[in-house]
Amino acid sequence: MIEIRHLTRVYDGVPVVNDVSLTVETGELAVLVGTSGSGKTTLLRMINRLVQPTSGQVLVEGVDTATLPAHLLRRRIGYAIQGHGLFPHRTVAQNIATVPRLLGWPRAQIDARVDELLVLFQLDPATFRDRMPHQLSGGQAQRVGVARALAAKPDLLLMDEPFGALDPLIRAKAQADLRAIQRRLGTTLILVTHDMREAVDLGDRIAVMDGGRLLQYDHPARILTQPAVPFVRDLIGATDRPLRLLSLKTVGDLAQPGDAEGPTIPPEATLRDALAECLWSGRTAVPVQGGGIVTLDALRAEARPQ
Amino acid sequence: MTRRILPALAGLALLAFLIAPGSFAPLFQPFTRNNAPAIYTQTSLLSLTLSHLAIVAVAVAASTIAGLVLAILVTRGAGREFLPLARTVTAVGQTFPPVAVLALAVPVLGFGTGPTLVALFLYGLLPVFENALAGLSGQPAPVAEAARAMGLTPRQRLWQIDLPLALPLLLAGMRLTAVISLGTATIGSTVAARTLGEVIIAGLLSSNTAFVLQGGMVVGILAVLIHHAFQAAEIRARRRIGLD
Repeated sequence: MIEIRHLTRVYDGVPVVNDVSLTVETGELAVLVGTSGSGKTTLLRMINRLVQPTSGQVLVEGVDTATLPAHLLRRRIGYAIQGHGLFPHRTVAQNIATVPRLLGWPRAQIDARVDELLVLFQLDPATFRDRMPHQLSGGQAQRVGVARALAAKPDLLLMDEPFGALDPLIRAKAQADLRAIQRRLGTTLILVTHDMREAVDLGDRIAVMDGGRLLQYDHPARILTQPAVPFVRDLIGATDRPLRLLSLKTVGDLAQPGDAEGPTIPPEATLRDALAECLWSGRTAVPVQGGGIVTLDALRAEARPQ
Repeated sequence: MTRRILPALAGLALLAFLIAPGSFAPLFQPFTRNNAPAIYTQTSLLSLTLSHLAIVAVAVAASTIAGLVLAILVTRGAGREFLPLARTVTAVGQTFPPVAVLALAVPVLGFGTGPTLVALFLYGLLPVFENALAGLSGQPAPVAEAARAMGLTPRQRLWQIDLPLALPLLLAGMRLTAVISLGTATIGSTVAARTLGEVIIAGLLSSNTAFVLQGGMVVGILAVLIHHAFQAAEIRARRRIGLD
């Protein structure tokens, strides 16, 4: 569990992060979202003390991070950034092995861990282990960057706009993969983005920041349906709201007994996908794989605040 | 291919000349007058060349170590405040003519190799320092950030990240320094350092163009070869970090 208590950072008399408190439960994915200059990146960087807080505390599993030497703290916290920051003179394997090596893991254990992570991120170890970073595509480099951040099995993973440099198609895949891996490993993850859509797609909880203050910290559905202040509503965008809301639930959640014509939709697809399918094929209901249907009326009801 | 073959041929020709200068006499004969000797024989050309190279090597090593250490000091922590000062000092070293340094150093250090080394060291400091500075401070921001965030200590960052990434630029600085020093070392002979300048000066004093030519050519070919060797190392280092 990560507890942020009254965290403040002042630069030249101006608070960039202003008295922010929030808690991220173990295994949760929290997204810090806001415009540029909102203080979200500074807040993230105070967690591993790349930025020294002016006041306030960060507790990781109940331990005040200020009591640990910064470099030891950072070895326990994974960190992945936009533009990956891979060390250009080191191979993929050496890059991933950075923190385990610093921690003095035995050689065999490091090698095994590197291969395990490459497989997890769908990179063939035999092919990629000895590649140099400049020989990777953007998507591959991004995955290696996240693998490196996860290498020493950190309690906490911090990500700063990790998908910012990727083109949209690869980004969607990278987001889905990250979500799956985070669920599987049970890693607590705090991710910074300026993209509300990414926040809604990924976050268990979303922290909306503006001008250094935390405006709202809640589950995506509540952020969408009950924005605390007008700024939060603006950030979501009125036209997108119903579709975002639908994207939070899966077809399996809404399936009801019945029969419908036409091609089926998998139960793990989102309601948004189901709506798109209904509209595109002109059907009022679509059958769900493995039984049941999803009706357009049910979808309509889900797309409104309840 | 010519990039490799030409230097190799030049190197072979140089080696042949240094081992058996006498056999090249007919080549230099046309440049002599009044039956003056065509080949300098006061001292073995080979030993002069080796002594010349040794002086340059020591001077370049000293400039590199000093320039690099200075660049490291002014790119981290409290040393940053001294960056302007370090820049001024190294720039003055370059501005001061080596002849003047020789003249000033002789009363202190006496005749011989000492003043030459001092002059070359000061003259070669600037290229190494400025290049090391550029290499140490010019790395991509995400790389520097990642190194900190992974939990590398400042010392680990220096040895494992900053220095390897600065290597290509450092080598470029060393190349400049080595080539400059190689030419400048010839004037060391005016204060009795054993360098190839001895051959050139002997030629100038006796109006023997053949001596001037052979001294100049040996230095010239050495300069080209050293330039080439450093450049090859540089390219290799750049490839290693994906710059080319």
